[in-house]
Amino acid sequence: MTKMKRPVQDRESVVVKFVGDSGDGMQLTGGIFSNSAAFAGNDLATFPDFPSEIRAPQNTIAGVSGFQVHMGSAKIFTTGDLCDVIVTMNPASLKANLKWAKVGATLIIDTDAFDEKSLEKAGYASNPLDDNSLDKYNVIKSPITLLTKESLADFGLDQKTATRSKNMFALGMLYFIFNRPLKPAYKFFDNKFKKNPTIAKINKVVLEAGFNYADTIEAIESVIQVSPAKLEPGLYRNITGNVATAWGLLAAAEKSKRGLFLGSYPITPATEILMELARHKSLGAKVVQAEDEIAGICSAIGASYAGKMACTTTSGPGLSLKSEAIGLAVMTELPLVIVDVQRGGPSTGLPTKSEQSDLYQALFGRNGECPVLVIAASSSDNCFYYAYMAAKLSMEHMTPCILLTDGYLGFGSALFRDPKMANLPPINPPIAKACKTQFQPYKRDPETLVRQWAIPGTEGCRHRIGGLEKENVTGSVSTDPLNHQLMVNIRAEKVARVANVIPEQEIDGPAKGDLLVVSWGGTYGAMHSAVQQMRKEGKKISHAHFHYISPLPKNTGKILQNFKKILVCELNGGQFVNYLRMNFPQPNIYQFNKVQGVPFMINELTDKFNQLMEEK
Amino acid sequence: MDIINNTIDRSAIQLSKIDFESDQMVKWCPGCGAHAILAAVERVFPKLGYKKENFCLVSGIGCSSRFPYYVNTYGIHGIHGRALPIATGVKVANPHLSVWVVTGDGDSLAIGGNHFIHTIRRNVDLNVLLFNNEIYGLTKGQYSPTTPMNKVTKTSPHGTIEHPFNIGELVMGAQGTFFARVPDNDITLMTEAMFEAAKHDGTSIIEILQNCIIFADKAHQNIIGKESRDANMCVVRNGEPILFGKDNKKGLRLQGTELEVVELGVNGVTIDDILVHDRYNPNPWIHTMLAKLGPPLYPRVFGVIRSAMFPTYDDLVEDKIQSEKEISPIKKMDHLLRSGETWEIM
Repeated sequence: MTKMKRPVQDRESVVVKFVGDSGDGMQLTGGIFSNSAAFAGNDLATFPDFPSEIRAPQNTIAGVSGFQVHMGSAKIFTTGDLCDVIVTMNPASLKANLKWAKVGATLIIDTDAFDEKSLEKAGYASNPLDDNSLDKYNVIKSPITLLTKESLADFGLDQKTATRSKNMFALGMLYFIFNRPLKPAYKFFDNKFKKNPTIAKINKVVLEAGFNYADTIEAIESVIQVSPAKLEPGLYRNITGNVATAWGLLAAAEKSKRGLFLGSYPITPATEILMELARHKSLGAKVVQAEDEIAGICSAIGASYAGKMACTTTSGPGLSLKSEAIGLAVMTELPLVIVDVQRGGPSTGLPTKSEQSDLYQALFGRNGECPVLVIAASSSDNCFYYAYMAAKLSMEHMTPCILLTDGYLGFGSALFRDPKMANLPPINPPIAKACKTQFQPYKRDPETLVRQWAIPGTEGCRHRIGGLEKENVTGSVSTDPLNHQLMVNIRAEKVARVANVIPEQEIDGPAKGDLLVVSWGGTYGAMHSAVQQMRKEGKKISHAHFHYISPLPKNTGKILQNFKKILVCELNGGQFVNYLRMNFPQPNIYQFNKVQGVPFMINELTDKFNQLMEEK
Repeated sequence: MDIINNTIDRSAIQLSKIDFESDQMVKWCPGCGAHAILAAVERVFPKLGYKKENFCLVSGIGCSSRFPYYVNTYGIHGIHGRALPIATGVKVANPHLSVWVVTGDGDSLAIGGNHFIHTIRRNVDLNVLLFNNEIYGLTKGQYSPTTPMNKVTKTSPHGTIEHPFNIGELVMGAQGTFFARVPDNDITLMTEAMFEAAKHDGTSIIEILQNCIIFADKAHQNIIGKESRDANMCVVRNGEPILFGKDNKKGLRLQGTELEVVELGVNGVTIDDILVHDRYNPNPWIHTMLAKLGPPLYPRVFGVIRSAMFPTYDDLVEDKIQSEKEISPIKKMDHLLRSGETWEIM
C-alpha cells in the first residue's frame, strides 16, 4: 500500500468520542487526545461518561466507558451534543453510542472485537458491520487488535499484554486523521512510564503503527484541520472542575492566611477534590479523611472554630447527612465551605450522572430557620473562581456557604488560564484581637451584622458557642422568646446583606424584550450556545445565567420585570424557577426541565425557545 | 505531680480555680455526679501549667455536654454524638491547644459510636471525659448502650434485652492507647486520672462512673458504694502489685491466660505471686482483661489501666506537612498555578 496525499478539511469545531469496554483505557486515550488538541492551540471541553461499576461484565452495555472531546478554533462552551467521530472498541460501545453520532459521522471500529459472543452480549441480532445499519455513516473498519499485536511482534509479549495497548493504535489513527504531531503523546508516555521505559516504548510503537496504518488505507479520504483558537494571552492548562475547585479553595486559604482544613468522606463525583487537596501538604493543607460524612463536616466545624479556612466536600446523599451540622455552623456563625458536586438523585440515584436537583436541599434542607449562602459554578474552569468566592464570602460574613457544582462540571474539563495570586480579590476575615475586657461573641458589625472570629489561643477572648440559641451580643444560653426572634431575624438579614457585596446580575442581550431565558450552574454552556444559535437565526432573545443564588443579586427583580416571557431551564423538576416565583411572584415565568442524568442538547433548548416565542 | 511535656503554650503565672470559673449558672440536678467532675476539672486545669487561653472544651448533647458552658475556656457545645469529630478538627487545626471532650454513654457510644472507635483508632491527642451513668438523662430515662441487661427503664418497661458495652473493652478493641476508670465520688482518683490523661499523647478515655440521681440513682452503688467498695473496687497503680479488699488482703494473679482472685497468706500465696501493673505495656492483652473484670466473680478495676506510647494522629499530620514542605518545589499557590502541563499563548 502506498501513502497518498489527502485534501485537508478545515473545521471550526469537532466532537470526538472514544468508547469501549471499562478496561479498554478510553479515559486515558481521551485524555491524551485532548491534551494534544490543547497543545495545538484549540479551545476545548471534555467529558468522561462511565458507569459507576469499576468493571461491569466484559462487553456488555453496562460496562461501556466513554470520553468525549469538543475542540475548536472558536470558544467552546459545551462538550458537544452529537459526535463527528466515534472510536469504538467493541459492539456494546457501538450500540450504546450510535445515537450520539451525527449523520455522516466517521466511525472507527475495531472489527476484531465483533465476534459472535461479543455481538450477542451487546444484544445485536446481526452483525452491524455486515448488514446495512451503518450506511448513514463513514465507517472505517480496521482489525485494530490484530494490527496492535503485529506491531509488537518484536517485543515477545504475551497475548494479553500485547493487546492491552490497542487503544493507542486507535489513538494513532486519530492523530493522523486530525493532522496532529505525535510528539506531545511521546512526551506524555515518557513522563507517565518514567520507571518503566519498555512500557513507554510499547505505547510509542503502537501509536506510530496506528498513525502509519491510517496513512495507508483508502477509507480515509481527507484529513481534518482544526485551527488554533484565538485565546487571550496567558499560561493555559486543561483542568477538570474538581481540580479547579480544590485549587480555588487552596488559593482562598493562602490569600486569607488562615490555612486550609478539609474534613471529607469519599463520594462520587466529589472524591477528586479530596484526593487533590490531600496532595498539597506542601501548601500546608490539612486533610482529614473522616469515617463518615458527618465526621467530615464536624471536623471542619471544629477546625473553623480553631481558626482555619475549613471546608467539606460531598455530593447529594452526603449533603443530606451533613444537614444537622450545617445548622450548627449557622447557629455558631462560623465560616465553612460545603462543596456539593451534584449527581442524579434521590437516594443513591445516578452516582456518575449529572443533575441540578440539590438546589432545594442547599437552600432549605435543614431544621429551623437556617439560611446559608448558596453559589454555583458554571464551567469546569470557573469552579476555581467560585470556590474562591465561596470561601471569601463565608469567612468575611461568618456564615456557611454551599458551593454547587455538578458531576458534569466536576468530571469534565476545560481550558484554564492560570491566574496570578496577586490579581485575586483580597480576603479579610473579621479576626478578633486580644482584648482586656470580656469578649462578646455575638457583638456585631452594625453594617454587615457579622460577629468576630475569636480564635482559641487569643488572650481575653475565651468564649463558648454551640447549637443552643444564644443571647445576642453576650452569647449566653437563652430561651427568651424575643431574643430568639431577634437572632432568627439577624441570621437571615446577615445572609441577605451579602447582596450588597456580590455583583449585580448580568444579562447577555437586550435588557428589555419578549423572551428572557434564565439558567444557573452547569447548564451555562448549552444555554449560551442555544442563545447564540437563535441570534444567528435573527431572533431577539436575552439570557441571564445566575451564579449567586442565596442571596440573589439585588437587581434580579428588576430584570424579570422587563420581559414579556421568562423561561427558566434546569436539569431538575423546577427548583430555581419556584425559588424565583417565591421571591418575585409574577405570572409570566415559564419552565423547561429535564431530569435524565444528561445535559441539555442545544436543539432541544432552541426548539423550546422557538415554541415559546411563537405562542401568543 | 510531675511535669507535662508537649507543645501547648505555658502560662507565665500560676493559675488557680478562679481562672476557670464561668459566669453561667450550673443547671445540673442537685446531687448529680457531674458537680464533682466539674470540681475535679477546676482543680486539674490550673495545675497543668498551660495558658488559660489554650484550653478548648468540646461536647456533644446530653446532661454531660452542658459542661463547656460551666468552665471559662474556649468551648463548643456541639450536636448529638459529634463531639469527637469536632474536637478532632480543633486539635488537627491547632495542635498547641489542650483539647478536652465531655460526653456521655449515649452521646459517644450510641449515636456517636462510629466516631468513638475511629477517633481512638487514629489516636488523636484528646482528653475524653466519658460520663457513664448507664441511662439517657436529658431525655428523661431511656436505656443506653451501657445499661445492664434486664434493667427496667422507660423504654424497657419489661427489662432491656440488649448486651451492654464494657467501655474499656471497646477502647482496647479500637486499639486505644489510654484508658482509665474512676468513680464520681473520689475526687483524688478523678484528678489523678485527668492529670495522667493530659500527660498522655493520644486519645485518653476516662470512664467516669457517674450517678444520675433522677433516672438511674445508685446504678454504680454495688461497686463504688461504701458497703461494696472493699469487695468490688480494685485501684491499680503502675509498678505496684494489684491488691484490693479490706487491708489489701486480696490480689489478682495471672494463672495461665486467666486472671484469678487470690488471698494473701491463703494456700501459700505471697505478694510475689500478685500481678504487677504495667500500664505502659504496648500489648493490650492484660489491660483488656483488667478492663473487663467485674462482679460477682471479680472486682471492678479503677485507675489508669492503659497508657501506651504510640504516635498521635495530629503529630503525624504535622510531620507529613513538614516533610512535604521540605521536599516539594511547590511552596506557594503561584508555584502550583505554574506547575504541571501548561502552555503559553502569546
